[in-house]
Amino acid sequence: MTRAHTAAPGGDTRRSRAPRRPTWSQLWAGATVLAIAALLLVPGWLAPSDPYHLDVSQRFQPPTAAHLFGTDDAGRDIFSRVVHGARYSIGTSVVVVTAAALFGTVYGAAAAWFGGALDRVLMRVVDVFLAFPYLVFAMAISASLGRGLTSALIALVALWWPSYARMVRGQVLSLIKDYHVRAARTLGASGPQILRWHVLPHTYDQVLVRYTLDLGQALIALTGLSFLGLGAQPPTPEWGLLIADAKQYALTAWWAAVLPGCVVFLVTLNFMSLGDRLRRRGGPR
Amino acid sequence: MAVTSPLLELRNLRKTFTAGPHAVAAVRDVSLTIHPGEIVGLVGESGSGKSTVANLVLGLERPDAGEIRYQGRPLAELLTGSGRAYRSAVQAVFQDPVQAMDSRKTVGWSIAEPLLIHRAARGAALRSRVAELLGAVHLDPSLADRYPHQISGGQAQRANIARALALEPSLLVCDEAVSALDVSVQAQIMNLFLEIQQRLSTAMLFISHALPVVRHLADSMVVMYAGAVVEQGPTEAVCEAPRHPYTRLLIGSSLPPDPERQPVRPPSARREALPTAGCRFAPRCVLATDRCRSDDPVLSEVGSEVGSAHAAACWRTDVPALAEPVRRR
Repeated sequence: MTRAHTAAPGGDTRRSRAPRRPTWSQLWAGATVLAIAALLLVPGWLAPSDPYHLDVSQRFQPPTAAHLFGTDDAGRDIFSRVVHGARYSIGTSVVVVTAAALFGTVYGAAAAWFGGALDRVLMRVVDVFLAFPYLVFAMAISASLGRGLTSALIALVALWWPSYARMVRGQVLSLIKDYHVRAARTLGASGPQILRWHVLPHTYDQVLVRYTLDLGQALIALTGLSFLGLGAQPPTPEWGLLIADAKQYALTAWWAAVLPGCVVFLVTLNFMSLGDRLRRRGGPR
Repeated sequence: MAVTSPLLELRNLRKTFTAGPHAVAAVRDVSLTIHPGEIVGLVGESGSGKSTVANLVLGLERPDAGEIRYQGRPLAELLTGSGRAYRSAVQAVFQDPVQAMDSRKTVGWSIAEPLLIHRAARGAALRSRVAELLGAVHLDPSLADRYPHQISGGQAQRANIARALALEPSLLVCDEAVSALDVSVQAQIMNLFLEIQQRLSTAMLFISHALPVVRHLADSMVVMYAGAVVEQGPTEAVCEAPRHPYTRLLIGSSLPPDPERQPVRPPSARREALPTAGCRFAPRCVLATDRCRSDDPVLSEVGSEVGSAHAAACWRTDVPALAEPVRRR
């Protein structure tokens, strides 16, 4: 009697998860993700010519069908340089944010989990890192390790992880007081089991949102460093460097600076809107 | 009951919480005994310290003084090193069944978790054990694939009970386990607890603010007020012949309204500052005397038959009026 009432099988409480037709904005988001993946993985398929090929007879060609983004002062095809540069610009941003997110998550979770004096020490270290102006820090790294993409990468990771550490620490602090964690303790779960099964998975949503938003931020920061000469060095087709080189003749060949700039803008915008989309979709399953 | 050796013994437990200058004695000298297969009810209003007792028994808090013994061995010893044997022998069922399960894990995973932690089963054996446990609490095995928020509160509490039973514990600590449920579902879950006790002879420490629930389930009961035990004994004896005015108040407040009878004195909604000396219940007690306000009463036997284990902590148990419900006309 009681059984029939409470154990009624059926899908009345199940949330419907039937596949729906994707909206235009979902299609657009998917297409940009695919386009970025293609830029990173198979630039050779997309670029019409060799990004390092010099041809002085073709210098300063405006955008045409043969040279979509025109050519630069050495006659190199700018579109091909932008395509090949994605690896440096987007690729490095992905490495920066991935490293920062992984390290920051582990660091913040450890601080919250162990608490007490260790937590206080760990979080003061975070404060110190957050207090650094990133340009000054990047210049210091470049000065000691030499200019290059690696120095820029190290500087950005060093300054990016603390925000993840702070966010994850806050989440873990509230999660470990949750009922389901208390229940897991009474089941005899060990500290690592509780963290792995019941605490960290609940932080992934927010980490993922911030990760995606940060990809755009990191791209701006990295191209900015390269633009200032603290990142990639010539002849790398890194985007910030492309714009920096082109600014000398920006008045005669506008396309050499403006079109790569538009690409940086569009890619950043796409990462941001992707992050925003994830944030709005957020919440537990 | 008294002839068997106790499963769990609490002796003079004390726990004080401090927050800055404030100190709250959540548990003051609580002693109680649970025998194998026995259901002990623990009743009291919110703030009486009953949930702290649960946390102490579950090892989630450490007592400031006193001792908990499980099968004669001190808990402090059982929890250090390989505390896992105790963790599998004593399981908990909490108030909010949905919150007590991880929202990101399926119900089946949650039920399998204790088996994973204690490496009791894996693979196909694990799956069949989960299905068996769901059956034991009268749930459809298909619920294993749902998430906690996709099932009803009653189903979720059954799933929690299934999880608690996975390791075949000798003691279940049920902290307000039916309080968050609908009245009709409450009755079903209470019957499930009785069924478990009869079939698996699992002992239970059943904590609730609702006296009728405890009365229905418990073999013996303990009434707490302001962190201390005010009355304890066999459920029948305590409910039929309560000796402490607070127990009377609890019983009086849970009876159905009857225009002929007026309740003893409605429990004050405002939490008055508890006295620091004498009987903590004195400010609310109709029988309080000067002695009640100065001396702390001790728990002493009140049973009509010698050795009945019915005891109350009150200076006025001699008042004959207490043989009948205290009423004001």
